[in-house]
Amino acid sequence: MTAYILRRMLYAIPILIGVNLITFALFFVVNSPDDMARMHLGEKRVTEEAILGWKREHGYDRPLLYNEEARGLASLTDTIFFEKSVKLFAFQFGPSDDGRDIGYDISQRMWPSLAIAIPVLLVGLAFNISYALFIVFFRATYVDIGSVVLLVAMMSISGLFYIIGGQFILSKLFHLAPISGYDQGLNAWKFLTLPVIVGVIGGIGSGTRWYRTLFLEEIAKDYVRTARAKGLSERLVLFRHVLGNALIPILTGVVVVLPLLFMGSLITESFFGIPGLGSYTIDAISNQDFAIVRSMVFLGAVLYILGLILTDISYTLVDPRVRLQ
Amino acid sequence: MPLIPVVLWTDALVFILIALVAGFAAHAARHEHLRDPWRRVLRSRVGVATLVVLVAFGLVGLLDTLHVRLKQDPPSATGEVRYSPEVLSLLDLALSGLRERQEKTYSAPFATHLFVKESMNQPDGRVLRDYPRLEHGGAHLEDPARQRAWDIAWRSLLGLVKGLIAWSLLTAGILWLMARRQGRALSEVRDAILAGRTPIPWRTALGTLGVLLALGFVAGELAFKYHILGTDKVGEDVFFQTLKSIRTGLLIGTLTTLVMLPAAVLLGIAAGYFRGWVDDVIQYLYTTLNSIPGVLLIAAAILMLQVYMSNHADAFASLVERADLRLLFLCLILGVTSWTGLCRLLRGEALKLREIDYVQAAQALGVGHFTVIARHILPNVMHIVLITLALDFSGLVLAEAVLSYVNIGVDPTMNSWGNMINSARLELAREPVVWWSLAAAFLFMFTLVLAANLFADVVRDAFDPRLRGGGR
Amino acid sequence: MTEPLLQVEGLTTLIGNGAQPVRVVDDLDLSLHSGETFALLGESGCGKSMTALTLMRLLPPSGRITAGSVRLGDTELLSLTEARMRRVRGGRLAMIFQEPQTSLNPVLTIGEQIAEAVRIHQGRSRDQVTARVVELLRAVGIPDPVQRVGEYPHQLSGGMKQRVMIAMALAGDPRLLIADEPTTALDVTIQAQVLRLLKDLQRETGMAVLLITHDLGVVAESADRLAVMYAGQIVETAAVADFFARPAHPYSRKLMESLPSAEKRAGRLAVIPGRVPPLDRVFQGCRFADRCQSVMDVCRDTEPLWWPVEGERGVRCHLWDPALGLAGESTKPLGEKPASAAPSPRIREDADSLLLRAQDLKVHFPIQRGLLRRVVGHVRAVDGVSLDLRAGRTLALVGESGCGKTTAGKGLLQLIAPTDGSVRYLGEELMGLSHRRMRPFRKDLQIIFQDPFASMNPRMLVGDVIGEGLQALRIEPRHAPRMRRVADLLELVGMDPEAADRYPHEFSGGQRQRLCIARALAVEPRIIVCDEPTSALDVSVQAQILNLLKDLQERLGLAYLFITHDISVVAYLAHEVAVMYLGRVVERGRVDEVLDDPRHPYTRALLSAVPVVDIDQRRRVIRLEGDMPSPSHPPAGCHFHPRCPDVIEVCRHAYPQETRLGETRQVHCHRVTGG
Repeated sequence: MTAYILRRMLYAIPILIGVNLITFALFFVVNSPDDMARMHLGEKRVTEEAILGWKREHGYDRPLLYNEEARGLASLTDTIFFEKSVKLFAFQFGPSDDGRDIGYDISQRMWPSLAIAIPVLLVGLAFNISYALFIVFFRATYVDIGSVVLLVAMMSISGLFYIIGGQFILSKLFHLAPISGYDQGLNAWKFLTLPVIVGVIGGIGSGTRWYRTLFLEEIAKDYVRTARAKGLSERLVLFRHVLGNALIPILTGVVVVLPLLFMGSLITESFFGIPGLGSYTIDAISNQDFAIVRSMVFLGAVLYILGLILTDISYTLVDPRVRLQ
Repeated sequence: MPLIPVVLWTDALVFILIALVAGFAAHAARHEHLRDPWRRVLRSRVGVATLVVLVAFGLVGLLDTLHVRLKQDPPSATGEVRYSPEVLSLLDLALSGLRERQEKTYSAPFATHLFVKESMNQPDGRVLRDYPRLEHGGAHLEDPARQRAWDIAWRSLLGLVKGLIAWSLLTAGILWLMARRQGRALSEVRDAILAGRTPIPWRTALGTLGVLLALGFVAGELAFKYHILGTDKVGEDVFFQTLKSIRTGLLIGTLTTLVMLPAAVLLGIAAGYFRGWVDDVIQYLYTTLNSIPGVLLIAAAILMLQVYMSNHADAFASLVERADLRLLFLCLILGVTSWTGLCRLLRGEALKLREIDYVQAAQALGVGHFTVIARHILPNVMHIVLITLALDFSGLVLAEAVLSYVNIGVDPTMNSWGNMINSARLELAREPVVWWSLAAAFLFMFTLVLAANLFADVVRDAFDPRLRGGGR
Repeated sequence: MTEPLLQVEGLTTLIGNGAQPVRVVDDLDLSLHSGETFALLGESGCGKSMTALTLMRLLPPSGRITAGSVRLGDTELLSLTEARMRRVRGGRLAMIFQEPQTSLNPVLTIGEQIAEAVRIHQGRSRDQVTARVVELLRAVGIPDPVQRVGEYPHQLSGGMKQRVMIAMALAGDPRLLIADEPTTALDVTIQAQVLRLLKDLQRETGMAVLLITHDLGVVAESADRLAVMYAGQIVETAAVADFFARPAHPYSRKLMESLPSAEKRAGRLAVIPGRVPPLDRVFQGCRFADRCQSVMDVCRDTEPLWWPVEGERGVRCHLWDPALGLAGESTKPLGEKPASAAPSPRIREDADSLLLRAQDLKVHFPIQRGLLRRVVGHVRAVDGVSLDLRAGRTLALVGESGCGKTTAGKGLLQLIAPTDGSVRYLGEELMGLSHRRMRPFRKDLQIIFQDPFASMNPRMLVGDVIGEGLQALRIEPRHAPRMRRVADLLELVGMDPEAADRYPHEFSGGQRQRLCIARALAVEPRIIVCDEPTSALDVSVQAQILNLLKDLQERLGLAYLFITHDISVVAYLAHEVAVMYLGRVVERGRVDEVLDDPRHPYTRALLSAVPVVDIDQRRRVIRLEGDMPSPSHPPAGCHFHPRCPDVIEVCRHAYPQETRLGETRQVHCHRVTGG
């Protein structure tokens, strides 16, 4: 087990190097720091000095890969590649383009993100599984057909409309929750209710439909017939046998996204004005803050790989057939 | 010639796509095993109904894809024919009434007055603050308050009648064709359709067509006198915008898959079939790409594109071209983020297929690797490709809206549902609410995505051998 | 006669909706007494499994029972509410299924799964339930039941899983146990264990067993009475002994005659032409009429009634209509056995007839483990197999599943790269040849597969499938002449040349197997590896394929490597036999030598476990304990020693060397001495 996890970690290294090279290529090779500076300074006619100044201010005034002027090891370390890309491996994100410490911002902003993402995940999971079981219990009846149509319709609505609709109905018409904003500590709950509700509703369509498919797949299997031949009631068959088996793909599907919950939801957070990592990323994108985007790309990749490893581990925990080697 | 055709990059790709689809259809028509699943699609009622809706959307999109430049009047002094620099699509020309009738700013659907008060100079010199009459919407009415409802009702009825006439002509044509092909009497064919006894549910298909035509004609009849979905901040007709957005949505949904398809199919099959180091390299490639959060990769790429474009502004002849290239690039980068799923699926399938008896038999007969892939593996994974494409389409249309919201979608000057939502949501705080842009985008997007989702389900049911009971 | 335990009358079941529902069970009558084993015999698609599911009221969602009555004791099952039926299910009426692999819930321990059944039907306290579970496991012969309670299904072998299924069925003290092909997925030695277990349990508990099977041998060995099903109907019922002595229905007779065996070597097997009619239509006359040799005019337009024949026997056939006065026409005892089969011709050891010689062939698959995926061991699928293939001869490679026989066959053809050893075809070494250098030899070495549904690309026309080799090996690159040769090949295997323009899915299993043979023959090979080509087929269809293979061998002088687990097919078709166990050949020799006088204990056990129809030929079953070990960790010494009834000390340490017995015979066993 330990050896397996260790090996998976080793596998992660070349992938992270790959991610790093891709981002480096995207951010520094396709467009030079000069271009970035010109973009930031805005006007068409920017003086060379202004560009140089901007670059110096943000640490882009080094050579890309190899510093001929520096000596020894510094000729490799005193470069943009080392400063801006390699240091990401040590989670040293450096300052953002407007001078704030990215690492500090991330550590502050991930909590509001989690405060939304975790309830959405848990409530959504509970609701979707229950609803899917309900549908499957009444399979091949009008309950089933009607529900499937409803789910497909819900899937066909853009997430933006759920947010806009939720804000409009719950906040504007009925004044049940504040439209947007955030508060520290426990007072945050009233700001969180609406985004959580919206998040859950937005996920019902695809979530419940997927679980329904999983349940139906399991219900067609031979062991379900055996269970029925034992004289088990339909309720026991569903809850004990079908749910038990279907939970394996459900749980591992959840585990893979667990680490990514830290990244927050881009759209929800920015609509509701929640100071999480999602809105952080959005703001960075609209402010064209490359340093933050770069850091988030790397962080996202790390979390994704972590999710993959956790998935494999969770398989061994929930599925007796799987033993890691 | 009063106009010359212009082919934008995305237009060219659309033409290639249409040629590919037509080629595939011609190929499929000659092969029973390829035709059979499509026949199943056509025999499902949901299948034909959604297909009619999708084709309607497709036609609007296609009209909007045929671009031209108009001849300018008068010709230059030297007598040389000059063309306007403005690139227009056939849809623009067909709807030039809608396109050109701009108001000053917001107006509600079917409104005759502007949504905001303005100071107006009265003939007697006083300045009055009131809602001014629209320049175009309902301008033909002398007393809007009294006449409007009747006028709308009358025009709707007129549109309905015209729609029904068009529908009857079309239906009669189809019936006549069917009767001739089957060598049966017209009334017999009609009765079969009415009773729902045809293998292809023509009753459903023609019914859907009827509803669409009726709606289309009613909307058309009204749209030339009113802004049926209102106008936006700069007074542009929202109905026109949302029609123009269809092309964007369709392109994102189809071109993305077109550009990612070769890579996904080739690499997926190669990884599964050859295994060994080929597999290792390809797996590494897609795991790496997959581990970058999609939105961020798109954001990074689009940011880079923006930097490039703003620094090389002179490389683009017109705004339309620039927006078009950005759309193409967006499709490309969306393709890069979305090919991995299909690739992984195909790898798994190829792994299974390479061990299957008929592939082993081919190897025992000395058939080369590439022939085995082309003849045995590829045809037997095509259903997966098709199902994936159908299922991906709606997701991509929805993704466009989100990306545009984050400002990393299509060019802000391009008509798209995402841009409509994006600009409209800022006005939600207004009192009373400006809701029509959102409603219009919602309505069209929902219709398209719902139809696509339902159609994809039918396609999956028809093509997935597991769902067809073993396919034996 | 006492009151029957189960009385079924006029049972009719439909599957599917719409205009053409399939009548899978049609007006079925049955009665079963306590303590007896009643076999329901039929080929695939005859409705026997559906009958079982109907009795349990466990039909798939599209199925419904439209008529009839099922009385178990004095309860009418069809009128019970679902809740009351649940108490019968798994209680008085229990069922076990064909696939033990998939019939157990993979995420629950076997103890939990059995306990569930105990709780429902006996409602005991927790301690009592645990005790009862252990008791049940012990009753079905699972060693260390206390430890096994906490194991998951995947930790058990197939035979063990089927025992667990039986334990589960016994939990409610059933009066009737329905066993739906309980041993079809198991190897013969395991099959013998399970059948024995069922018999023992039946003796102890006095329950009745409804045994559903397609295997005449299993019926002959374990049933008291039987019913033959054809196309949804029962066509004959009889006591087993009477039935095998004199089958009454023409279909039953044909089934028996199409069974391959050593006695029939000299001639062709009887075949039943055509295929089972689809059940979605209304039948005019007898359902078997189109395939029946004794067909009369009346058969085509009048449905035959049920005619009682002496005692408990009954037949659904016009031949037995007293009014027609034909009874007896078909009751003559089954053909007097052909005066003991002509001794198989001696094998000439001519060097020139030797086509292929494999020596010490090994195929090992590496097991990788640890941080750097180091190879920590090997699955020794094939571990030193030597064999010779000669023109016009058939070598049967016999063994149970997992013994490596298929891998050996593919290794010979270099479809799987062997790890070591030598394969010489006409003196030329094939080992290690590249894909391209191997090509010239491909023409001569061909293969036929087991699953007729997976062996042809569903997206290609049959003509292209068969012509593929001609095209790939550039024997006939042009299309028109190639299609002419395809037409000839189709005729050679007894198919209509029109078939070339159709798709594989339009053909039945037997027809597809013919097409696969045509594909192999297309390149005019000299050796064909036949990998269980008939094990997925029904007996009557199997006979067609065996006849065809035999004809082709005689006409074309082909050499066959016939891979199979079916001893009766070996006896009928093969000239030589090699018996494999855990990657190695343990005994090799002429077919009559090996089958009549097996010397290796494994061969002996294997042969004794094969159920046979003929009562005179029945041997005492040598019971083998346990299962074949994993090829990744073969036991030290002789691989067979942990299961061997004759084990001696030396067996535990050293693998036995080859002992030659006569010119043609080799055995690997310490107990067998040469001379």
